[in-house]
Amino acid sequence: MAQLTLAKALTNGLRAAMEADPKVLIMGEDVGKLGGVFRVTDGLQKDFGEDRVIDTPLAESGILGTAVGLAIRGYRPVCEIQFDGFVYPAYDQIVSQVAKLHFRSQGKLPMPIVIRIPFGGGIGAVEHHSESPEAQFAHTAGLKVVAVSNPVDGYFMIQQAIASDDPVVFFEPKRRYWEKAELDETTAPPPLHSSRVVREGTDVTVLAYGPMVKTALEAALAAAEEGRSLEVIDLRTLSPLDMGPVTESVRKTGRAVVVHEAVVNLGMGAEVAARITESCFYELEAPVMRVGGFDTPYPPSRVEEEYLPNLDRVLDAVDRSLGY
Amino acid sequence: MSDPALATVFEPSEDGDDPELVQLLTPEGERREHADYSCDLDDEAIRGFYRDLVLTRRIDTEATALQRQGELGIWAACLGQEAAQVGSARAMLPQDFAFPTYREHGVAWCRGVDPLYLLGLFRGVDQGGWDPRETGFGLYTIVIGAQTLHATGYAMGLQRDGVVGSGDETKDAAVIAYFGDGATSQGDVNEAFIWASVFNAPVVFFCQNNQWAISEPIERQTRIPLYQRALGFGFPGVRVDGNDVLACYAVTQAALRRAREGSGPTFVEAYTYRMGAHTTSDDPTRYRLNDELDRWKAKDPIARVKAYLDTSKAADDDFFDGVARESDEIATHVRDGCLSMPDPSVLSIFDHVYAEQTPELAEQKEQYAAYLSSFEGAH
Repeated sequence: MAQLTLAKALTNGLRAAMEADPKVLIMGEDVGKLGGVFRVTDGLQKDFGEDRVIDTPLAESGILGTAVGLAIRGYRPVCEIQFDGFVYPAYDQIVSQVAKLHFRSQGKLPMPIVIRIPFGGGIGAVEHHSESPEAQFAHTAGLKVVAVSNPVDGYFMIQQAIASDDPVVFFEPKRRYWEKAELDETTAPPPLHSSRVVREGTDVTVLAYGPMVKTALEAALAAAEEGRSLEVIDLRTLSPLDMGPVTESVRKTGRAVVVHEAVVNLGMGAEVAARITESCFYELEAPVMRVGGFDTPYPPSRVEEEYLPNLDRVLDAVDRSLGY
Repeated sequence: MSDPALATVFEPSEDGDDPELVQLLTPEGERREHADYSCDLDDEAIRGFYRDLVLTRRIDTEATALQRQGELGIWAACLGQEAAQVGSARAMLPQDFAFPTYREHGVAWCRGVDPLYLLGLFRGVDQGGWDPRETGFGLYTIVIGAQTLHATGYAMGLQRDGVVGSGDETKDAAVIAYFGDGATSQGDVNEAFIWASVFNAPVVFFCQNNQWAISEPIERQTRIPLYQRALGFGFPGVRVDGNDVLACYAVTQAALRRAREGSGPTFVEAYTYRMGAHTTSDDPTRYRLNDELDRWKAKDPIARVKAYLDTSKAADDDFFDGVARESDEIATHVRDGCLSMPDPSVLSIFDHVYAEQTPELAEQKEQYAAYLSSFEGAH
């Protein structure tokens, strides 16, 4: 079985979706000949032509605004936003149009649009290239939001997102693009909007998504050496949240730590913590802990390793949880 | 014009001989020739325009009255802009698609949208109940200029569907994006111009320059006549007398034909005037003078068609009586329909957030329904 990087798995997933449905289009900056700055659309324009893989003018609002029109005409555009910090010019089209048209038209105008956003830090980039704006989209009714953490999910989830009749904001952890995994394309994937236990444990539940799943798993390995058993859940879907596996796990462990790169204040961890409190109040042995970026703008890259949650900060939160 | 020095830059000349302004029917009701545009319509078609104009104004007037009586939350009147809307919309073919702002009541009328749907939006019972695909008329768009990108994207879809420049007149289609002078300052509108230009998209950018963006005059949006901006984007721009339904029809028809043939976008600046307030919440006496209004009253889009039909004897009293009767009927339809419009159930707001309902939203709906039912019989 082939070892695939996340980037390549996404390419293969996009290719499969384009082969399956002629209405699927790819649009974005540099997605054509260049294959995208991360090469995720590599080779697709050569195989599917310039009408289906569209190098757009440099205008993010234009990408999403024209995608809306294409969707009204029956197309399924997959829009690439080159970097997380460049999505804001498109914010109005995403929040006021993409998210609301199905509602405003009482179901007459579905918006089967996928918005791919490479997100997160850890690659030594200049400003605006390392942000984690997922909560802003999860906060918007009408959007669905997912984050992938590994090549297998990348391959299947991109196809599921494209097949969805709802708009899906699709977060790709850019620093994990080159992580490899074995991919069996014939296995049946779990549903798009489902969370998964990726490591079983008994003492503390660690919840993560996107780039932090790997960090959480590394923390669990280190904790095991100290005789602590962490259960790790990959949330995968941020809107809607799939709380079933989370509730089940926290009822078992009585403790939860949520990890993300985004700032803690009003981040996904806040919502997850509130829901755990609602569903597991009597089983909780400690407050739900949150580990994330500080409430600052994303810092210069020379200090980003301090800003980003790492194995030690996750274990510190685990310790604090166990201290109750 | 609040700045007289800019008047010569923006305004077409008053004597009607401005070569840059397409006019086929003068305010006095006289037909004129134009080197590039001609109106090939017979008197029956012009009578049809007259009917559209009168009925549009009646729907609009009735809606304004209903707002004043507390039946609508707000209304954005199209008073004075009927010719720009009817002329351009009647140039569309059934397979064409219009992306409106929130003021295109005359376009809605021409596309067969029941005016009650428009009132429903402003009454607050829904956010646009008509079927955009069935009518070729998109939902009203409140965010200024956003729809110009939707129009351009839809036009790119037409290209991909092979219905642009195929030579089959029953299939080839184009799009009109409606917007106002204020919208030309928006990034989205400028992005739409660029996209339409570089992709050669079959879209007509139809700008109703009604001189005012709420309280801001046109010179706060531009320092050159708007139609001249098109040149910088790489496609033709034309200025038309927006109160002349024949000219609006002819110019839009030519632009749509050009788009359907695959020759790309056109910018049409319909030079007109917002005779009423921006909306019923606005007070134009705070920012503009009555003599400006009086000057534009003399250019009324309906009066000139009436004058033409009268003097050319292209319509008789029976015709005018018939239109007046129809106007009364539609006023009754609008009034009665508005008053009897049912409020939506609050539980319906959960139903169309997503095409595929999420478990958490289904649960919220269920919980709120249970909460509501806990009050039953409480009084």
